[in-house]
Amino acid sequence: MAAYLARRLTESMLILIGITFVTYALLYLVPADPVRQIAGRSATAETVESIRRQLGLDLPFYQQYWRYLTSLLQGDLGRSYIQRSEVSELILARLPASLLLMAAAIFAELVMGLTMGIISAVRRNSATDQTLMVISFIGVSAPQFVVGILLLYVFSVQLGWFPIGGYGTPSHLVLPALTLGIMGAGWYSRMMRSSMLNVLGQDFVRTARAKGLSKVRVVLRHAVPNALLPIIAMIGIDIGIFMSGIVVVESVFGWPGIGQLAWQAIQRVDIPIIMAVTLVAAFFIVMGNLLADIIALFIDPRIKLK
Amino acid sequence: MDILRRLLQRRLALFGVIVITIAVVAAALANWIAPFDPDEQFFDGLTLEGAPLPPGERFLLGTDLLGRDLLSRLIYGAQTSLIIGIVANGVSVLIGSVVGIVAGFTRGFIGAALMRLTDLMMAFPALLLAIVLAAIFKPSLWIVALVIAMVNWVQVARIMYSETVSLSERDFVEAERSLGASRGRILIRHIAPHLLSSIIVFGTLGISTTVLLEATLSYLGIGVQPPTPSWGNIIFENQTYFATAPWLVFFPGLAIVTLALAFNLVGDSLREVLDPTMKGRH
Repeated sequence: MAAYLARRLTESMLILIGITFVTYALLYLVPADPVRQIAGRSATAETVESIRRQLGLDLPFYQQYWRYLTSLLQGDLGRSYIQRSEVSELILARLPASLLLMAAAIFAELVMGLTMGIISAVRRNSATDQTLMVISFIGVSAPQFVVGILLLYVFSVQLGWFPIGGYGTPSHLVLPALTLGIMGAGWYSRMMRSSMLNVLGQDFVRTARAKGLSKVRVVLRHAVPNALLPIIAMIGIDIGIFMSGIVVVESVFGWPGIGQLAWQAIQRVDIPIIMAVTLVAAFFIVMGNLLADIIALFIDPRIKLK
Repeated sequence: MDILRRLLQRRLALFGVIVITIAVVAAALANWIAPFDPDEQFFDGLTLEGAPLPPGERFLLGTDLLGRDLLSRLIYGAQTSLIIGIVANGVSVLIGSVVGIVAGFTRGFIGAALMRLTDLMMAFPALLLAIVLAAIFKPSLWIVALVIAMVNWVQVARIMYSETVSLSERDFVEAERSLGASRGRILIRHIAPHLLSSIIVFGTLGISTTVLLEATLSYLGIGVQPPTPSWGNIIFENQTYFATAPWLVFFPGLAIVTLALAFNLVGDSLREVLDPTMKGRH
């Protein structure tokens, strides 16, 4: 186990370094000149060149990247070109809002998805089952910006139940979390349905029924906990999917997280911030996958360590 | 033919096929069936205060913020969605299949290198990567298609890799090998046909993902650029009006969801129809 963990962590580390290289190379190719953005339109050619030298952007690619990587390994994410502050401070200030949003979205998708999946499996092949499965398909086919704008229109503009956007109170959290969670709810309901069907056909469920337990008790106490096992591992992978989703959801709802930070940085070619957000997102994805594998290992001892 | 018949017997798949057919026909015949030129800004397409018109008799689905006919823009937008959906997904299925099959069949150094590359790509937040790529290249229709393909091939590669590995360990491949069949023959005659059904299934399901990603990039303003209509950029252009002119978000949104849903339903049914182990178990 310890050897497995050590190997996986080393692999993760290498993947993250690979990510910094690919992202740095891509951003090096951006035709827009970040120095012009910093210097402003009225800057003279000398000012532009002196800023370029100061930031080390006149160096050849491999030297620039080496400088970036060595300072990164010392924990220095660099300074924002435009916001004139340390990138690590900007990220740390924004990260809690994003993590809150993702936690709420995971809660929302699990509640919606698992409920739908359980009902579908128990009422297999009924009209209820078919309706719920069509709904789950619609859920995975709806882009987040459409869901977000429609929820805003119905619940904020028309009904006035929730604020139109912003951050601060629990009621600000409801619509963005639902928007981020709906796609996952669609996937979870389908997975939970097939997991439940699998469990409901097994001997221990038949035994529980034969003991004369009520149907509700059989489903909730015996079937659901066992059906949940393969689903739990998926939560780790969700984190990765959410890292993409927050860019859209935060921009629709004006949610002050790292997704919005990334989006603003991309528009202004603020390379240190783009690098940092990509790295943070990749970190969560890699750790989420690792977590998923480890949970699966604990749940099902039959999985062999390879 | 048998497969097609079994597919069309399923109500949801039939719905999907009908929606896709309507979208393809609308896109192909856009020049003839669109009531107006999608780029023409009508003088009577705005209210006296300059606001977009709601759905009505002359403009069936209303007009947008520049007084253009929304229905005509949606019909031309179907071209954008379908071209990108099919081209981008075709390219990503091609890249993903080649990478996955080569890695799974050859193993060794090339296989390991290809799979490490796939692992690396899996750790990228897909949308963020697409946004960075789209911001680097000035987005045109084909660039957007390429950007999406660069992001989406990874999933296909993973699936093809694991299927190829499991197939090449099966007894019938071993038997072929001991009879002295060449590697090329084993790959083409014995492994590839088994992979075909997965390729068809993911080729269909992937179009849905692609349509959604194109719409999202266009909504962010870095996908297909106006005035070329795309369902995503129609929402992008008009979103400031969504409180007073909700049809400008509702109809393009409905179009995106319906088309993505159609490809999902057909892909999912194909998976069941093509899977020999699922026969007779609807």
